[in-house]
Amino acid sequence: MTNEELKIKISELLPVATFEEGGEWLNINIEPADWLSFAQQLRNDSSLYFDYLFCLTCIDWKTYLTMVYHLSSTKYRHNIVVKAKLDRNKPEIETVSHIWRTAEFHEREVYEMFGVNFLNHPDLRLLILPDGWEGKNPLRKDFEDPVNMIKL
Amino acid sequence: MYRETQIVSDVAKTPLTGEGTFTINVGPQHPATHGVLHLVITLNGETILNIEPHLGYIHRSIEKMCESLTYRQFIYVTSRMDYLSAHINNHACALCVEKGMQIEIPSRAQVIRVLMDELTRIASHELWWGAMAMDVGAFTPFFHAFRERETINDIMEETCGARLTMNYMVPGGVMYDIHPNFQKRVKDFLQLYKRKIHEYDELVTGNIIFQNRMKGVGVLTAEDVISYGCTGPVARGSGVSSDIRKLYPYEIYDKLEFDEVLETAGDSFARYLIRLREMNQSIRIVEQLIDNIPEGDFQAKTKAVLKLPKGEFYQRVETARGELGVYIVSEGGTTPYRIKFRSPGFSNLSILNHMVKGSKIGDLIAAMGTLDLVIPDIDR
Amino acid sequence: MWSFSKIANIIHEWLSQTFNVTWTTIIEMVIAGVAVISLFAVLGLVLVIMERKVSAWMQIRLGPNRVGPKGLLQSLADTLKLLVKEGMTPNGADKFLFNLAPFIAMMVAMLLLAPIAFAKDFQLWDLNIGVLYVSAISSISVISILMAGWASNNKYSLLGAMRSGAQIVSYELSAGLSVLAIVVLTGSLQLSEIVNSQANGWWIFKGHIPAIIAFITFIIAVTAETNRAPFDLAEAESELTAGFHTEYSGMKFALFFLAEYANVFIVCAIGATLFLGGWMPFHIGNWNGFNNIMDWIPSSVWFFGKTFFLIFLIMWFRWTFPRLRIDQLLNLEWKYLLPISMVNILLVTAMAILKWHF
Repeated sequence: MTNEELKIKISELLPVATFEEGGEWLNINIEPADWLSFAQQLRNDSSLYFDYLFCLTCIDWKTYLTMVYHLSSTKYRHNIVVKAKLDRNKPEIETVSHIWRTAEFHEREVYEMFGVNFLNHPDLRLLILPDGWEGKNPLRKDFEDPVNMIKL
Repeated sequence: MYRETQIVSDVAKTPLTGEGTFTINVGPQHPATHGVLHLVITLNGETILNIEPHLGYIHRSIEKMCESLTYRQFIYVTSRMDYLSAHINNHACALCVEKGMQIEIPSRAQVIRVLMDELTRIASHELWWGAMAMDVGAFTPFFHAFRERETINDIMEETCGARLTMNYMVPGGVMYDIHPNFQKRVKDFLQLYKRKIHEYDELVTGNIIFQNRMKGVGVLTAEDVISYGCTGPVARGSGVSSDIRKLYPYEIYDKLEFDEVLETAGDSFARYLIRLREMNQSIRIVEQLIDNIPEGDFQAKTKAVLKLPKGEFYQRVETARGELGVYIVSEGGTTPYRIKFRSPGFSNLSILNHMVKGSKIGDLIAAMGTLDLVIPDIDR
Repeated sequence: MWSFSKIANIIHEWLSQTFNVTWTTIIEMVIAGVAVISLFAVLGLVLVIMERKVSAWMQIRLGPNRVGPKGLLQSLADTLKLLVKEGMTPNGADKFLFNLAPFIAMMVAMLLLAPIAFAKDFQLWDLNIGVLYVSAISSISVISILMAGWASNNKYSLLGAMRSGAQIVSYELSAGLSVLAIVVLTGSLQLSEIVNSQANGWWIFKGHIPAIIAFITFIIAVTAETNRAPFDLAEAESELTAGFHTEYSGMKFALFFLAEYANVFIVCAIGATLFLGGWMPFHIGNWNGFNNIMDWIPSSVWFFGKTFFLIFLIMWFRWTFPRLRIDQLLNLEWKYLLPISMVNILLVTAMAILKWHF
């Protein structure tokens, strides 16, 4: 499906979603609360069939966080980007690791790097950071490490 | 035999603690993890009950580093990510910056880039082939693989000035023109490769012990592979078409003749065959291009300071290990606001537990070898 | 002409003239002991350099080439290094067993040297149950490996030791059965008689196909019994780092290393004795001229030539084959090699009764 068709289809599924265009792929902004049911629809809808989550990350916009999910369909080869705005002080979103298994590791990475709490994640522990890591989440913009970081 | 199947079928239910189970640490220093991967394995005798990767031993936070480097500088850091396909990493970043700035690059640069990519892919698969054989206990193939790989490294050294972390691709083209000897030496390499490639099959592929170790081990279904986000030879071994060069062509790949190699068995042997055949496809691409490098500039005229417009840019390329995604979020400045590298190794590693649960330690090593993990690529 | 038996006789006569019987025996025992230990050391050095050169040759590289002429003294330098290296005992290890294990490995290897006929009439101890003795003593080597693995207090070592226990115990069966094939043909357990029975042709030629089957089984089984690749599961470098000797260092490690090579030498020597005629020269029927030339070559050269050929064969395996998995390893023994050797022994027995062999 083209971006236009996707847009029509998705606004049927989730009327509250807003769209950003101009990029390569269709960007969909949603509320974190809608994410789990929306994700299931995206995965299971036979005309969308987004079965491949190829990138999962987070962006720290200093006042809020944005979760970014890049989805693709191995059947139809169309791609979308789903974005959810999170509260920076208490970032929480439902996990999708049971829908796309790859999310399990990616969410663990985002959890330790940005401090996003994934609700109902089966195994939300530190993956990359050393055990017993205390302090801020390294990829947030206000993270300071006077020993290892060199300001240019 | 009865007892064995009993244990294996109960893996999901067997408790991970208690009598008969124990944990061992494979890594961070272990001959089979090819780096500093650390796996905590729960075993019942020789049967694996659970694998838990502990990462981060060489995490350098490249994504954070890139946030303070300019668009010209950050590419050099990415060579250190997946050091076996440094060219392709650089290529992905250069493409992403070019996409953002809408730079048209000269056709000579495009051809050189693709040539370098494919040579890198061959070199990477050569090293993998040797290391794979070493994982299952055969030492000799490693040296045979290095005979060819060194030739490629010599070619790279001559043109790029480095053997491993080349930093050759820059936004707008390549850093400098190819060495005058380049074409001749690549042709020499092609001849050497064709003379020697049958040794690979004779030494390893046809070996009955090797086939017994690989066939039916670490079987992945197509659904598993897609769900776990595996790409590259791991996905293609299960019959999932995932070659970015074919699906979302970049540079001149849509004009080249090559096949995407697919196998349907999904076991270790399928992944092994995929990589061997992929080398042949890369050879095909190199053969098509080596005599047809167009004249002209090797670099487009770009401004001294690159500034990406505000927005988000994503570029996918096919490295030797799978799909590498570069996601740049720009605020319009000279440095990226946020960079995310979607590395193939990270997703491929996540399937390891699912893949080898219930098999023997020997199978873990053999199956892990076919994932072709490069640890800096996972840790970034 | 000089031969080992003549030298031995000269020494014996001189000793008998000079001392009384008791002292002669004691001195001869000391000489034998010293000879065995020095043979051991020399074997270790030679086999290590041979393995490194053979592997280098197969791996298109040069191998050691710095110490001494063509790197031939490299293993001497290595030994020196291992001698002065600190031998560490890990915390929590069973110190007594940990230190004892390498010596047991060595002792087993040394004991096995006793019945081997190195040359014509040159044998330390020609006991009448030589073959039985060899099979019996070689089983003890598994104890040293289990001991090392258990005492190291390391899970890798323990896994390696357990693998090796299962492996050696299983493969002993087919090794024993294939040796038995020759015993049936010869009708004797004495190694000197087995050699003498091959004066008119080696068993591998005289024994038809059953002898060849027995030989192949023997080679596979002893490769497994000595823990050499493709059956090196006890060490399994890529899986268990170094298996049962992970925690060993310095001279204690070197003893294991040496014992492995000594074991390789011994099993190859046994193989050469049983199947390839030991020190017997190669003869072809009535070609007297040819046979005389063959006789002219000293018997020790024949023995060592055959043994080193078999050692080369085992090294060739090691540097070509990938390693088996533990269940495949046991399947190979219990489902293929053991039934084959059992049927084979029936064939050999029938052949021996009906006098079908030459």
